Amino acid sequence: MLSVNDIHTYYGHIHALKGISLEVKEKEIVCLIGSNGAGKSTTLMTVNGILHPAEGRILFLGQDITTLPADKIAGLGITQVPEGRRILPRLSVEDNLEMGAFLVKDKKKIRKNRDEVYELFPLLAKRHKQQGGTLSGGEQQMLAIGRALMSNPKLLLLDEPSLGLAPLIVEKIFDIVRQINDSGTTIFLVEQNANMALSISGNAYVMESGRITIKGAAKDLAQDEAIRKAYLGED
Amino acid sequence: MSSRPLLKFAIVLIWAFILLFPMLGIEEDRFVWDRVLKVMAVITAAGMLVLVYHYFLKGLSLRPKVFDEASTKFRPPRRLLIGLGVAGVLALPWIADNYGRDIAINVLIYIALGLGLNIVVGLAGLLDLGYIAFYAVGAYTYALLNTNFGVPFWLALPVGCVISAGVGAFIGYPTLKMRGDYLAIVTLGFGEIIRIVLNNWDKVTKGPNGILGIKAPGLFYPVVENGSIEFAHLYLKNLIWMYYLILAIAVLIMLAVYRLNTSRIGRAWMAVREDETAAELTGIHTTRMKLYAYMLGAIFAGFAGAFFAAKVRYVNPSSFIFLESALVLCIVVLGGMGSIPGIIIGAAAIIVLPEMFRGLALYRMAAFGGAMTAMMVFRPEGLLPAKRKAQEVEMERETATIP
Amino acid sequence: MEVFFQQIINGLTLGSIYALIALGYTMVYGIIQLINFAHGEIFTAGGYIGVIVLSFMQARGVLDTHPFLGLFLAFVLAMIYCAFLAVALETVAYRPLRRASRLSLLLSALGMSIFLSNGMMLSQGVYDKAYPHFFTSGGFKVGGVIVTNMQVFIIIGSVLLMVGLNLFVNRTRLGKAMRSTAQDRVMSAILGINANKTIVTTFVIGAVLAAAAGVMVGLYYGSVRFDMGFIPGIKAFSAAVLGGIGNLTGAMLGGMIIGMVEIFAAGYLASEYKDVFAFIILILVLYFRPTGIMGEQVDDTRV
Repeated sequence: MLSVNDIHTYYGHIHALKGISLEVKEKEIVCLIGSNGAGKSTTLMTVNGILHPAEGRILFLGQDITTLPADKIAGLGITQVPEGRRILPRLSVEDNLEMGAFLVKDKKKIRKNRDEVYELFPLLAKRHKQQGGTLSGGEQQMLAIGRALMSNPKLLLLDEPSLGLAPLIVEKIFDIVRQINDSGTTIFLVEQNANMALSISGNAYVMESGRITIKGAAKDLAQDEAIRKAYLGED
Repeated sequence: MSSRPLLKFAIVLIWAFILLFPMLGIEEDRFVWDRVLKVMAVITAAGMLVLVYHYFLKGLSLRPKVFDEASTKFRPPRRLLIGLGVAGVLALPWIADNYGRDIAINVLIYIALGLGLNIVVGLAGLLDLGYIAFYAVGAYTYALLNTNFGVPFWLALPVGCVISAGVGAFIGYPTLKMRGDYLAIVTLGFGEIIRIVLNNWDKVTKGPNGILGIKAPGLFYPVVENGSIEFAHLYLKNLIWMYYLILAIAVLIMLAVYRLNTSRIGRAWMAVREDETAAELTGIHTTRMKLYAYMLGAIFAGFAGAFFAAKVRYVNPSSFIFLESALVLCIVVLGGMGSIPGIIIGAAAIIVLPEMFRGLALYRMAAFGGAMTAMMVFRPEGLLPAKRKAQEVEMERETATIP
Repeated sequence: MEVFFQQIINGLTLGSIYALIALGYTMVYGIIQLINFAHGEIFTAGGYIGVIVLSFMQARGVLDTHPFLGLFLAFVLAMIYCAFLAVALETVAYRPLRRASRLSLLLSALGMSIFLSNGMMLSQGVYDKAYPHFFTSGGFKVGGVIVTNMQVFIIIGSVLLMVGLNLFVNRTRLGKAMRSTAQDRVMSAILGINANKTIVTTFVIGAVLAAAAGVMVGLYYGSVRFDMGFIPGIKAFSAAVLGGIGNLTGAMLGGMIIGMVEIFAAGYLASEYKDVFAFIILILVLYFRPTGIMGEQVDDTRV
């Protein structure tokens, strides 16, 4: 579904991505793990069209999206739950969801999606008039995910969904991610919490200083000695 | 050949017509076409030139050639040029008549102002739109001290500078703490306030009539008389004296700016200008630095203002309107922010060109305004940019990855 | 005592006009962090279109028989014209500088402000251009206070426009998209919201409000001038800062306050210095409550 080929992305003079290649197949959950500053968020932002690579190609469902602007890429069915949630702070929960469905034309569909999101996250239904910025971290994460679901994306990108959240909530979030995948959405997930990420993924990539260093099936990587030492906090 | 540029051109023409017609083409209830057609013709011609460039000349990067090659191949020995320039500048009062001297003095005043504003805008990146207010403060300080208390020029000068600095601190402190953007509006407002106060505070500033009878700077010089040394006093009223005085002031400011450019403070200002957050992270007290730049600019303007009062020996509020602030800003921006030769040429152009083309005086400000915008859009480094700035702009152009 | 209430009416009228202009400044700053110096000239242009339309109708003898049509056309055509002007402004002077430094943007805006005001001077002349008399006189008395029809018209008209703005911004998809872009442009792009389109929309709305203010000023004071946007522009932006930059309600409130203060200060203190008070308020706000009365609303996020 998504094919990233040898992309190099720069932040000003900083060479953030040094030839990244990866693949996400339909209905898969693929994760990208690595330590802080490895370039994981940059990768997602490049896929989403917020950043554009200086070299390399990105293909989505066979179409070359390398130079497309972010809002056009959203129209193709890719959306992101970004790092830090990025809830629109002064919009209500309901309005945030409405913005998630910005590209959806059918009003009935929007309402249906919204009701489904409220079913998935009853807390959001309760607080639907509340301003986004006043929600707790966990609630914001639910809102961000709900918002992403409003557009029935084909490919959902998740940037550090566990960041700053209590372990119980993290588990819940990952359960929901699995649920979303079960209902047909492809997931590409970026995480520092390698344990959780590997536990739900099919394939995994490890990233370090802007390069992909290891790739393979998630179960295999979870057993791998080197990875366990470096990323899973084992001794 | 794609048709998109042609399409854009058509849209530009239609849009221009929509905007121009109501303003130029309607008189009472009659439609008048001549002005509209004239302006449309100019726009069409300009547009065609752009199209020609786009279709035929684009591959032939003309610009770098013209500036680089010419400067390396045809430049006569540098020292000779500088020597001639210096000689010309020093000898000017003897070669020119009073009209010429007056113009030269005005150019030098604007150079001094431009250099002062350059510290604020060009070095520290702060948009000051009320710069002329400090000029006014300096001028009126000397005027008031001299006519009310007989304070001589050389004594009033530092007082004026201190007051300018104080006012600068008062205005700058709260503004710079917040958003740098606010400085533009605050200084704009401040400039207007000064003008309004000067115009209305009749008791002190004599309102629109202004203050007359200001004495020129005085000089004591030794005279040998009957075998002993006496000191005689001379007022430097003569334009020749005035010229050398302002020349000295301008050179002083020039030296100060030149030293600042390479000093630690100067580099701190440039860091703040480029990326304030990054500068803050490297330990620079950005608010304090910005305040210093603003105050220093104020001091230089006060300096120039006192000179102005001493030269014309009459001050009134009409010399300190927003237009003047805008002119000085144009000098700095169009000349190339941070570039001393650019400012010199800019000041000369702004004073001399209108004298030469008196008929086009009405179009002057419109042209400057348009030029300023065009400069930002097409060539933000200015006409004769400071070397470092030009490099920075080039680097940004090369590494931009977002289409 | 009656003087006091008279001043209140005067203050509300002036404040409404400042509020309309301040909204344009605050919306544009909220979405792209630019002080749109040329906004004052859009206000002026609106005033000019109004007088051009009304003079046209008067010369054709239509104005006396159809005063309301005249009013309607004056406002609508001014709004349309200013919308075109604002779009041109954004496309030519601001959009190319979207990624440039703040200073470049400000200088470009300043250049356009100078260009437009001088352009209007060159095309329409240096002198005041008088609005035709037709609707402007007439009023009524409440107690000892004289309220003119024009004042009622301005206050009610402004309120209607501001209510309309509120509805648009809070209830419509496009309005919410505008707020979304103002709060987090990157995230909005990820959701499929085209930043350019929303930014242009913001400019258009600001211009429409400023155009209305321009026509109102022309009707209320009887004439317009090429430089009439300069000082009101400074005051209106101060009003926006007073209310909290980026905050729409703040701009409305700030405008009203500045209008009131100006009228009262001019009435009870010194009328030659009336322009100074807005500036004093600005400095005081910056010293004591820099984020404004109702708090700032700006996008401070990065990629």
